Amino acid sequence: MIRLPFVLFFSALLFSAGVYGVLARRNAVMVLMAIELMLNAVNVNLVAFSSALHEVSGQVFALFVIAVAAAEVGIGLAIVILLFRNRESINIDEVSLLKW
Amino acid sequence: MSAQEYAFVVLAVVGAVGAIAVVTARNVVHAALYLVVALLSVGGIYLVLAAEFVAWVQILIYVGAIVILFLFGLMLTKAPIGRDTLDNQQRWLGALVGIGVFAGLVFLIQDAFDVGEAEAFETFHATTGAVGESLFRSYVLPFEAVSFVLLAALIGAVVLARKDEGS
Repeated sequence: MIRLPFVLFFSALLFSAGVYGVLARRNAVMVLMAIELMLNAVNVNLVAFSSALHEVSGQVFALFVIAVAAAEVGIGLAIVILLFRNRESINIDEVSLLKW
Repeated sequence: MSAQEYAFVVLAVVGAVGAIAVVTARNVVHAALYLVVALLSVGGIYLVLAAEFVAWVQILIYVGAIVILFLFGLMLTKAPIGRDTLDNQQRWLGALVGIGVFAGLVFLIQDAFDVGEAEAFETFHATTGAVGESLFRSYVLPFEAVSFVLLAALIGAVVLARKDEGS
């Protein structure tokens, strides 16, 4: 027995921490970590509603989100390593070639 | 409060502290280890919600694979340590946006599910068999699409990170 809003509040906190991390961090790897936090917040919501509504589909979608997150981290880290090889730095403030 | 709810609150507090530590830590490796704490407590919350398959997948994929990838990424790129090199100058604005998002979400959740009147629900024990049946009966096409996404990501990561020979 568990009350749904508690789980949703936890997920909201996780998501807000991720938003702050994406906005405030300079290191590209740290930004990816913050994105993982936001994806986890979504997963917590999916599993909580799946459990509350007695419906298994939410958990299937959580598995899809986990798979896409794994793909995203793989590509993201490849881009970060390429960036480091070309620029000797992974500071995302310096990567502004496409800005104007 | 039931025993399940106590277990949830303990895990949620640990997870919240871990998540905030991930985005405020001054050492990149410490941030990766705090991420392990946050992800493990999310896995524990899945267990409390009786979603056992997703919980073990969370621990295997996130803690086992993704955090190790992050640590490799940190080791292969030399990251300077310290607040000024890790955070940009707009971090106060970022904190304001983060708090604003949190306040907005809390307001919406309170509006939709009143905490004072919310009734506890019986957690639904989804067995691995039930998850697999739903996955391969109702969601076969998305499953195949996800496998294509993973294949494309694999090839893309190899192509991107490979050193160009002779150019």
